[in-house]
Amino acid sequence: MNWISNVVRPRIRGLLAKRDTPENLWVKCPDTGEMVFHKDLEANQFVFPGSGFHQRINAQTRMRYVFDDEKWQPIALPDVPVDPLKFRDERRYSERLKAAKAKTGMEDAVLAGTGTIKGVAAVVAVQDFDFMGGSLGMAAAEAIITAAQAAVEKKLPFVLFAGSGGARMQEGILSLMQLPRTTAAIDRLKEAGLPYLVVLTNPTTGGVTASYAMLGDVHLAEPAALIGFAGPRVIEQTIREKLPDGFQRSEYLVAHGMVDMVVARQDLPAAIARLLRLFMKLPPGDGAGEEAVSDVGASVAADADEPAANGEVAAVGDGATPEDGAVAEMPDLFDDTPEPEAAPESADMPDGETADDAPTPEKSDK
Amino acid sequence: MRSFLDFEKPVADLEGQIQQLRRLADEDDTASVADEVETLEHKAREQLRALYAKLTPWQKTQVARHPDRPHASDYISALITDFTPLAGDRKFADDKAIITGFGRFRGDSIAILGQEKGSDTQSRLDHNFGMARPEGYRKAVRIMALADRFALPVLSFVDTAGAYPGIGAEERGQAEAIARSTEACLALKVPSVAVIIGEGGSGGAIAIATANRVLMLEHAIYSVISPEGAASILWRDPVRAQDAATAMKITASDLVTLKIIDAVIPEPLGGAHRDPETAFTAASDAIAEAFDGLSGLTGEALRTARRDKFLAIGRNLA
Repeated sequence: MNWISNVVRPRIRGLLAKRDTPENLWVKCPDTGEMVFHKDLEANQFVFPGSGFHQRINAQTRMRYVFDDEKWQPIALPDVPVDPLKFRDERRYSERLKAAKAKTGMEDAVLAGTGTIKGVAAVVAVQDFDFMGGSLGMAAAEAIITAAQAAVEKKLPFVLFAGSGGARMQEGILSLMQLPRTTAAIDRLKEAGLPYLVVLTNPTTGGVTASYAMLGDVHLAEPAALIGFAGPRVIEQTIREKLPDGFQRSEYLVAHGMVDMVVARQDLPAAIARLLRLFMKLPPGDGAGEEAVSDVGASVAADADEPAANGEVAAVGDGATPEDGAVAEMPDLFDDTPEPEAAPESADMPDGETADDAPTPEKSDK
Repeated sequence: MRSFLDFEKPVADLEGQIQQLRRLADEDDTASVADEVETLEHKAREQLRALYAKLTPWQKTQVARHPDRPHASDYISALITDFTPLAGDRKFADDKAIITGFGRFRGDSIAILGQEKGSDTQSRLDHNFGMARPEGYRKAVRIMALADRFALPVLSFVDTAGAYPGIGAEERGQAEAIARSTEACLALKVPSVAVIIGEGGSGGAIAIATANRVLMLEHAIYSVISPEGAASILWRDPVRAQDAATAMKITASDLVTLKIIDAVIPEPLGGAHRDPETAFTAASDAIAEAFDGLSGLTGEALRTARRDKFLAIGRNLA
C-alpha cells in the first residue's frame, strides 16, 4: 500500500506528466509577462531571466542546485507517531498526508542530506512547500532535529532552506511544541560551535519564522520572498489598512535588520560556501566558489557551470512538475501574492496560525 | 454584576430568582424567603456542578476567556510580595502586554513574566488585550537574562490570544523576537515554571511557556491556533469553532494525556472567576510544588533537563 502510494503512483504520475509536457511549453513571467521557454527557465534554475522572478522549486530540486555536481547523501529520518490526535476537519489528516506523499514522493515536508557546497562539506535540510505548505509538524521537525544532530556528530555546518506556511494545524498543540523542540536542536548545534545558516525562501511565515528560521547565525533570502510572522491577509484584516509595497518581502527584511543579504538562487552555493569557509577558518575556495554575490536582477544569467544547465526535461518530473511550473501555479504567480493564501492545502497557512493572533476586542470581552 | 456565559443560562436564571427573592425580602420584612433562597442556591450549585463537570472544549474556551477571569496581575498581587515591576526592552519601547519584574514568592526572590489582558476598557487598551509586540518578548528576554545573572527562578503566567499581528510588529521582527524568547527560556540556568492561566495562544504563548514545569489551570486552553482560526482555515467556516476546539485537543486534561503539560491546577466550582482566592491558593501550592521538584539541580542540569523534556514531547507518545 505504502509502496504503491509512495513510489508507484508518483512515478506513473511523473511519466504521464512528462508525456503531457509539450516540448515547446512557454511560461509567462508573473512579474513582467515575458514569455520564457520552459527548458530555458529550468536551465536558469527556475528564475525568469528578464525579471529575476524566483519560481518556487521543490526540495529535491533544491538539493540538486545547492550541492556540487548535484550529488548528496540523504540522511535517514526517524519515524514519528502519525496523527496522534486522529484529526479530522473536512478531510481526515491521514488522507491529506497520503495525498501529499503521493503528490511529492516525500515522506513529509523536510528533506535532509549531506554533501559539499562549492567544496565545503555541510548538512542541508530543505522544507518543501508542496508538501502541505511545508508545514511544521512532528515529522518535519524531527527531520530538522535529526539533521542538526547529524551536523553535530559529523562536525559539519548546517544550512537550512526554510519555506513554510507555519505550524501544521492538524497536529494541534503538538505542532506548536515543534517551536521549542527545533530551537533546542539548533542550540545544541550552536553550542558545538558549528555555523547555522538559514536561507529564507518564498514563503516563510508563522511558527517556522517564530523558531529556527529566525535563529540563524546568518540569514540569507532569495529575492522577493514573503517572510513574516503573521500573514499579510491577517494583518490587513486586523488593522484594516492596505499594506505598504514590498511589505514582508526579503528586501524589506534586510532594510529592517532581520536578514543579512538577498542572494539570487544561482549565487546561493557560492555565498553559502564563502560564509562557511570564513566561519570554519577554511582556506578560500578555488574561485568557483568565490564569485561575487551579485544583485538580484543582474544575477540571472546562468553560469555555464551551474548544475541546472545540465537539467533535462526528464528532471521536470522531480523538480517543478509541469502542472506546477506552467499551469496550476500561474494564477498564483500572476497576482504576486503567492503561497500561503493561494495554496489549496492551506490548512497550514500562516494566516491560520495567526488568525488566533487577531481576536477583536469584542471577542476578548466575551 | 456577574457575567454569564451562554451555556450558564440555567444557573443565571436561578441566580436571578435568588436576587429577586432577596430584593423582595429587603422591601418587605414580613416575607420569609430564607428557605426558598437556600433551596434555590443549592439548586444553582448543583446545576453549576453538573455543567462544569462536563464542559466541552468550546465551553472551556469561553471560560478561559471569561472577562472576570483572574489575569496575570491578579495572580501577581495574590502570590507575590514586594513585586517590583520593570519596564522596557532597552531597544524600542515598553510593551504592557507582558508585565515583568521581580518579587518574592513565599519569601524567596523570583523573576516574573506575565501576559496581561486587562480588566476594563482602558486597561485592555493599555495592555493591548494581552497581545504582545516584539518589545514584550524582548523585555522578557531581558528579564530572563537578569534572572540568570542573579540565579533567581523564573515564573511566568501565560494568557494571550497570540502575538499581535500588525505592521509595526512585523517591521520590528515579531517572529525573531518570539524565537529569541523561546531560546532564552531554553537557555535558562535557573528553575522555571510556567502557568497557563487562561489562553495559551500559539507562538505568542510558547515564547514564555517553555519552562522546566508547565502547569495549567483546569479550564485554561493551550493551542496552536484559536478554535475560530482553525475553523475558518481548516473547515473554511468560522462557525465550526466548536468542532475545531474538540478536534485540536486544547484542554488541560487532553494535554496531560499528550504529555505536553506536567500538572493541572484545579479550579473552584464554576471557574476561577467565581472564587479567585481559591484559585490563587491552588495555583500557589502547585507552583511551590513545581519549584520544590526542581530544587537542588545545578544550572546545567536544569537547562539540559528542560531541553530534553521538550525534545521528548511527541516521541513519548505510544
